[in-house]
Amino acid sequence: MLEATLQALRAKGRHLLVPYLMAGLDPDWLSYVDLVIERGADAVEIGIPFSDPSMDGPVIQRAGEMALARGVTPLSVLAELGSRSFPVPLIVMTYYNIFHHMGEERAVRQLRSAGVQGVIIPDLPLEEGGRWRDLATKEQLDTVQLFSPATPDERIDEILAVAQGFVYGVGLMGVTGERAELAATATTMATRMRPRTSLPVLIGIGISSGDQAAAVIRAGADGVVVGSALLRRVLDNQSPQQIALFIDELRGALDTTEP
Amino acid sequence: MTSLMGDPDVTGRFGEFGGRFVPESLMPAVIELEAAFREAWIDPAFRGEYTATLESYAGRPTRLYLAERLSAQVGAEVWLKREDLAHTGSHKINNVIGQALLARRMGKTRLIAETGAGQHGVATATAAALLGLEAKVYMGEVDVARQSLNVFRMRLLGAEVEPVTSGSRTLKDAVNEAMRSWVAALDDTHYCIGSVMGPHPYPWMVREFQRVIGDEARTQFLKAKGSPPDWVVACVGGGSNAAGTFAGFVDTPARLVGVEPAGGAAIGRGVGGIVHGMQSFFLQDEFGQVNEATSISAGLDYPGVGPEHAFLHTVGRARYDQITDDQVLEAVQLLARTEGIICALESAHAIAWLVEHQEEIAGASVVVTLSGRGDKDAETIAARLGFLEGDGHA
Repeated sequence: MLEATLQALRAKGRHLLVPYLMAGLDPDWLSYVDLVIERGADAVEIGIPFSDPSMDGPVIQRAGEMALARGVTPLSVLAELGSRSFPVPLIVMTYYNIFHHMGEERAVRQLRSAGVQGVIIPDLPLEEGGRWRDLATKEQLDTVQLFSPATPDERIDEILAVAQGFVYGVGLMGVTGERAELAATATTMATRMRPRTSLPVLIGIGISSGDQAAAVIRAGADGVVVGSALLRRVLDNQSPQQIALFIDELRGALDTTEP
Repeated sequence: MTSLMGDPDVTGRFGEFGGRFVPESLMPAVIELEAAFREAWIDPAFRGEYTATLESYAGRPTRLYLAERLSAQVGAEVWLKREDLAHTGSHKINNVIGQALLARRMGKTRLIAETGAGQHGVATATAAALLGLEAKVYMGEVDVARQSLNVFRMRLLGAEVEPVTSGSRTLKDAVNEAMRSWVAALDDTHYCIGSVMGPHPYPWMVREFQRVIGDEARTQFLKAKGSPPDWVVACVGGGSNAAGTFAGFVDTPARLVGVEPAGGAAIGRGVGGIVHGMQSFFLQDEFGQVNEATSISAGLDYPGVGPEHAFLHTVGRARYDQITDDQVLEAVQLLARTEGIICALESAHAIAWLVEHQEEIAGASVVVTLSGRGDKDAETIAARLGFLEGDGHA
């Protein structure tokens, strides 16, 4: 469903915007989800906080610590998401221990009954994810695979064989976080992935501005995932208007850039 | 698995434990590391250099010492494997010499490491100085404050010490930060993990670099007594000194005992989980968030345990018991006053086990790995026992 939705948008020539938000970082966090959807997000990535986020930089770490300090749990997040409907697909991002601890089968069921259509599990690489993917696929939950600048070509093809939803191209060798300059690896990833797959290719990690989003679109990407640059604005207590302006900047760049 | 404590299969599993749960960005690096280690470990030139460095530089073999007065106290024949006499004061040097030589062989010029108590950080800084490599050590802000002597030692050895301010600001967060920084520096940097933990090949590789403890002790014991010991005992945080010790005795009838701190007993009190790249046992809350360990010994203050220990526990080949902080403080004094050896608080867990289990080991022979010396713990022990103000009697 996630994949079909994104493919349909792409077929219409739309470049895809997937903002990331940390669940539960304040009591009103769902209003940020609504805001980014209203300003043109095509799907939303929702982080479930984990005590040991080894792939995340300072901004997402801090957001996760705030959420955990508020007593947020995986079940409370899924209950909140399940209590509402959303006009775009939701993708949950968290570390594998959260789902392993719930029990994989139960985790898949709970995610689906909360309306979640995809998951991103950064510490579940190809070799370890077979059982999870089988369980998730049965329930039509897409498991999005990550591809890194260090991934060799043969390995890219092996991972593509199990990829679902979209291709998440990691824009740089490093953890999540804003970067003043777009890494050269971000455009390289877009160029490398584009001819290898019919799935939508999104680049994430280190995408911090409309100009940077435009650059990866020009390199062949179908869209971007933007996390830290958005969350930092939320953590800085920027107003909804200011946050909307940032989403508008990304949306505008995506809408006006030709591949 | 071909045999107990042999080489793991290609997935790096010990039974259901272990594996390789790292972000895709790190996968090529750990695959490259595994290939490099496999190749080096069967290369006589590499083995020769590793062994020669341990002998000429690190002071190996360490002694296996019959502790007669301690033996009389606990009613068993106690032999101490003296890792406290190795260079830098603990068994950690065995592993870092191996990893530093491997890093150099792989063309890396820089080591990064996590450390809790600082022993592994000091050992890493030492090996880096010896081989002319750069070193950066990640250490939780809380540990930086409580282990200032080791912070100074690392800096004196030329290493950079980076205080980690995320999460609980202790060892587990230092591991996270080291992994984060490694992703951005793979070209020239080797991550020198300090225990039998992390993604494959680390649990296996570190055990192999530490098995010199068990191999030596077995040879030494057989030479002295003609048959294997009845018991083999070592403390367990991540579990590297225990894994190295057990590897030398796993195919003998000796009963193997790992001693966990009661406040950080991942096997005794944890549940199955996947953290820091491995499937093992971890202290966790009901939702899978990792809890902090709380032990008097910073070196055992880790909420997880190496996956091979989880496996040895599950199949019943080794047994894992717990010792409290108070028992540890008693044991430090007992060893100091019966043998004239001030051991590390970590190692004192194994001594305390002897006291706790006197009836069970009555008349038996016991090899105990004394993993490190206690100088680093002087302040902690003094503060707990009140020696700073008192007259020397607890």
